[in-house]
Amino acid sequence: MFMPNAPVGQPVPGFTDADLVKRSASTVPEPARKLTEVAKLIDISKCIGCKACQSACIEWNDTHPEMESFQGTYMNPHDLTPNMFTLMRFNEWTNPETDKLEWLIRKDGCMHCSDPGCLKACPAPGAIVQYSNGIVDFVHDNCIGCGYCVKGCPFNIPRISQTDHKAYKCTLCSDRVAVGQGPACAKACPTHAISFGTKDEMKAEAATRVKDLNGRGYANAGLYDPPGVGGTHVMYVLQHADKPHIYNDLPDNPKISSLVQAWKGAGKFAGLALIGFAAVASAAHAVFAGQNKVTKHDEDEGEALTGTDA
Amino acid sequence: MSEALRDTDRLDPNRKIEHRTMVQPGDAITPGTAGTPVTVKRYGPLARLNHWVVAFSLIALALSGLALYTPYLYFLTNLFGGGQTTRWIHPWIGVLLFVSFYVFFAQLWRANLFNRDDVTWVMRFKDVVAGNEDRLPEMGKYNAGQKFVFWGMSALILVLIGSGIVIWQEYFSVYTAIETQRWAALLHAAAAIVIILIWITHVYASIWIQGTMRAMTRGNVTAGWAYRHHRKWLKQLSGLRRKTAPQPNTTERTETAKHLGL
Repeated sequence: MFMPNAPVGQPVPGFTDADLVKRSASTVPEPARKLTEVAKLIDISKCIGCKACQSACIEWNDTHPEMESFQGTYMNPHDLTPNMFTLMRFNEWTNPETDKLEWLIRKDGCMHCSDPGCLKACPAPGAIVQYSNGIVDFVHDNCIGCGYCVKGCPFNIPRISQTDHKAYKCTLCSDRVAVGQGPACAKACPTHAISFGTKDEMKAEAATRVKDLNGRGYANAGLYDPPGVGGTHVMYVLQHADKPHIYNDLPDNPKISSLVQAWKGAGKFAGLALIGFAAVASAAHAVFAGQNKVTKHDEDEGEALTGTDA
Repeated sequence: MSEALRDTDRLDPNRKIEHRTMVQPGDAITPGTAGTPVTVKRYGPLARLNHWVVAFSLIALALSGLALYTPYLYFLTNLFGGGQTTRWIHPWIGVLLFVSFYVFFAQLWRANLFNRDDVTWVMRFKDVVAGNEDRLPEMGKYNAGQKFVFWGMSALILVLIGSGIVIWQEYFSVYTAIETQRWAALLHAAAAIVIILIWITHVYASIWIQGTMRAMTRGNVTAGWAYRHHRKWLKQLSGLRRKTAPQPNTTERTETAKHLGL
């Protein structure tokens, strides 16, 4: 088969600094063009747990997860890692109303919050950015590996590599989205449990799915787009949206921890103000009180007391 | 217990404690040679070395910590060779500070125990700030302010090493829950601010009180300084000196040795 060479000498298409709406530890000007907000919709009721999304993710991002041992569950690897950006979390749940087993398989990964806790906590300018289409991306050149993003994230997503000491997570395939493609996981999913499009489209799609589930006995089916983090750009359709925690501890009402808010918010300014005040107060004291000097009297008394006459 | 010691106790029950808490091993009056003033030895070479190791690590920690504390000061990471280096070097300097400070602590803690005079000193803080030392009680080796600095640093360094280990991502992040790490990060930042405030006070006091800095450079102070600021300490030293037989100046033979307080 004839394969033409890839074009050379042309700029690689992708999002640029002009598309940023948020940048960690720094500010960005209002972008001139606003991209349409995108979202990935994960319909848990359609998931068959095949892990094609995991394989596609590994392949597209060229990561190399370690071979691990069997943990007595279908879940593999045992957790998200710097090399595994998405993970099928399996839960066998017995519905107390019907006394039937339900597979609650949640594809875990970055939720791409509108108000990202990782970005708020990050101390390194430009290590975490948010594009105007809602994607939250880690810029590894600027990452220092401190792990503050781990503390900022309400979903326990970022992982720090022990190899290069940088943080890793799902990019929502920002490099694919930039050229009009959907994320690798969505492309690989055989049951259309993962769809990708504009956020409005995905909400509309979710609404039809919720209606369908309601009609099939799932009275509490609903969309998971938590308002506590300003909504997310990865959303779930849950059969039991009234209790997200049964899906392997998906937070019921995620928001940036108040500890992180205090640490990264008012606390910063209060601390700097106190240091500044102490420095100014010391200088003022020096000016008004003058140096505390040893007088001639002190010297004479001191000499007399230590009496070299002995 | 020997008869002799019991006798001393009966004569003056406070004496033994006062000596232990005010005069430290190595403190001594050094007669002036050839027209130089009488000096009082306050810190030996090892104590001074330790002090400066603590001082430089504290400053390095403050600079590298503040760089990650606020984006306005992130440029300070350049002093350490970039963000990644700042991130890994900060905790190791912390370990150095912890170890060297607690060696220092072992040398100084006895002389920093609080006594009744400290209460009076605190009550008359206005006179302290105004420099009216004649209206304050005579002080031992340390006044109440110095003791607050000492105990404040001791406590905060424990808080900082403890919370610092919890947020030491590379080695210890797997041992604690993320919620615990959030608490630790907040506590670490708050404790760091307080210790920087104490540090500012400490440095300012050493500049404001003329003739103090030489205690940590040469190791000694003038008799006049000791009389003005730590009279009780000086009185006890001279009392001790009279009690013991006059010692030949074996170590202060040369001007250089005297200058260095060796």
